Amino acid sequence: MTDQLPLYQLRDLSKTYTRGKESISIFKGLNMDIQHGDFIAIMGPSGSGKTTLLNQLGGIDSPSSGQVVFEGKRIDNLSQGDLAKWRSRNVGFIFQFYNLMPTLSAAQNVELPLLLTGLSGGERKKRVKTALEIVGIADRAGHKPRQLSGGQQQRVAIARAIVADPKILLADEPTGDLDRATADEILGMLQQLNTELGKTIVMVTHDPSAAKYAKRELHLDKGEFVERGKTS
Amino acid sequence: MTEATLIRKGLFRKVLRAILMMVSIAIAFFIFAVLGAVNKAFNAGVDVAAANRLVTVNAINFTVSMPYAYYGRVQGVEGITHVTHANWFGGYFQQPANFVQTFAVDPESYLDVYPELILPPEQREAWLTTRTCLIVGQALATQYGWSVGDRIPLNSNIWQQADGSSAWDFDICGIFTAEDSSVPTNYAMFHYDYFNESLAFARDTIGWMILTTEDVSLNDQVADEIDAMFANSPAETETTTEAAFSQAFIEQLGNINLILTSVIGAAFATILMIVGTTLVLAINERTKEIAVLKTLGFQSGRIFRMILTESFLLSLIGGGIGLGLAAGLVVLIAGAFQSFLPGFGMPLSVVWQAFALMIGFALVTGFFPAFNAMRIRIVEAFGKL
Repeated sequence: MTDQLPLYQLRDLSKTYTRGKESISIFKGLNMDIQHGDFIAIMGPSGSGKTTLLNQLGGIDSPSSGQVVFEGKRIDNLSQGDLAKWRSRNVGFIFQFYNLMPTLSAAQNVELPLLLTGLSGGERKKRVKTALEIVGIADRAGHKPRQLSGGQQQRVAIARAIVADPKILLADEPTGDLDRATADEILGMLQQLNTELGKTIVMVTHDPSAAKYAKRELHLDKGEFVERGKTS
Repeated sequence: MTEATLIRKGLFRKVLRAILMMVSIAIAFFIFAVLGAVNKAFNAGVDVAAANRLVTVNAINFTVSMPYAYYGRVQGVEGITHVTHANWFGGYFQQPANFVQTFAVDPESYLDVYPELILPPEQREAWLTTRTCLIVGQALATQYGWSVGDRIPLNSNIWQQADGSSAWDFDICGIFTAEDSSVPTNYAMFHYDYFNESLAFARDTIGWMILTTEDVSLNDQVADEIDAMFANSPAETETTTEAAFSQAFIEQLGNINLILTSVIGAAFATILMIVGTTLVLAINERTKEIAVLKTLGFQSGRIFRMILTESFLLSLIGGGIGLGLAAGLVVLIAGAFQSFLPGFGMPLSVVWQAFALMIGFALVTGFFPAFNAMRIRIVEAFGKL
């Protein structure tokens, strides 16, 4: 039954911020479906609400109105505690600046989401090893983030995002801090995760060449989606 | 990796800072434990006081003597089991710096009133029958290397003999110990008669009387009766419990309790502010990392618990080091303090109080940083609204 439903259904989604007496509308009445196995690139100019939309999908921010439905169940009305549980089971996050714990090794960083599962230490180690192998950085498992290059740190971050086998990967400008060649490697890896492992990915970027790796590009402009076909 | 690893890594995120905070806490607990041990030793007399033991002194002050005749009159008061008397000799051995706490007492009744003092039977016999006998407490004997059979002179810085001398010769005929190690044995006693007969002035006076009642419930009644007996006389009396008397004696030196509490309080308040502020700043510095943990699915309650545990670890490690160092120091110098502060050591009560304080300290310094960490909003922490 769940398989027939889209992974996400956004219905009439609005987000407004209040700063002092001023009310700022980020987007209004957004509707969108995300299917299992999709790889979407959300593009748009700065301030268009790309990251805000990603935050809604990841359950780290709540909409002002409208619904965020995940596998047929609303998540926008969950408590903070329930949202945290939901995130740990379903979402993998990839950030622009990696956001690794500086005091932990690469392997320990990857293991973090697994601390929220009931897995044994041995099972966690196995999964960490697999995740690091998938992103091709198993040989750096014991290194601290400061001992890794930007590209390597982002690989660790991706391993952390996939280690608990989430249903969706949310990537916020994942190559924004990387050079072109490294960015291509990382994007290739995301594409591989999507095509070979069937991971659903939503990626926010304002880099058109990054967006080319996605199956779909959505342009957010003035709070509305403008869907365009793949540019190449 | 476990949650404990995360907590440890968080605490030692900046090793030097963590060590400095621990040193600060260790200093506070070191001061607390050493001064606590001193305070406890000062109050040892209060702690070992028997509940049914009363002390009668001159109402003006316990340094003002009373007529010897009072001793006989008090013996007739109903409800009393034993009465004895004592005079402060103010002695020293060879030179004034060698202070020796010495009392002129009634030999037999004194031991009746203080049954906790142990004297071997043959020494007891010698004590009761030898006019120049001096019995010395074990701690004092150890301090000066005295043993039974020694003949020693003790000078008084208060009293004089009729021949103008202030030195009395004594034969050490007994060394007394006590059932409980907390009972002081850092003093000496000799016969009141030997003292009184040779005095140049103030003969037939006594410093204070100590008496035991049949039951604690009779204390007030007996005390009132004794004080009423000498009311409106040239030497009115004041009868209190032995504990109250000991407390009043200690307070002659000043309010030791208040002084020590103030020092400890000032040390703790300062270190509380330093550690509290540092912890708040340290957690602020980790705002983004905490937001990442929350993003991954760590619940707010768990974050709160982890940060508070860091504070507990900090307090227990720092406090434990301070307490350990204090215990080491106290053990090291206890011998040197025995004559001045008998029973000087690290009391278990101070150790428990220190642990309770560590917990309190951890709660006070850790609660707000933990609470702030718990309330961090992910989107605000990432600065992306």
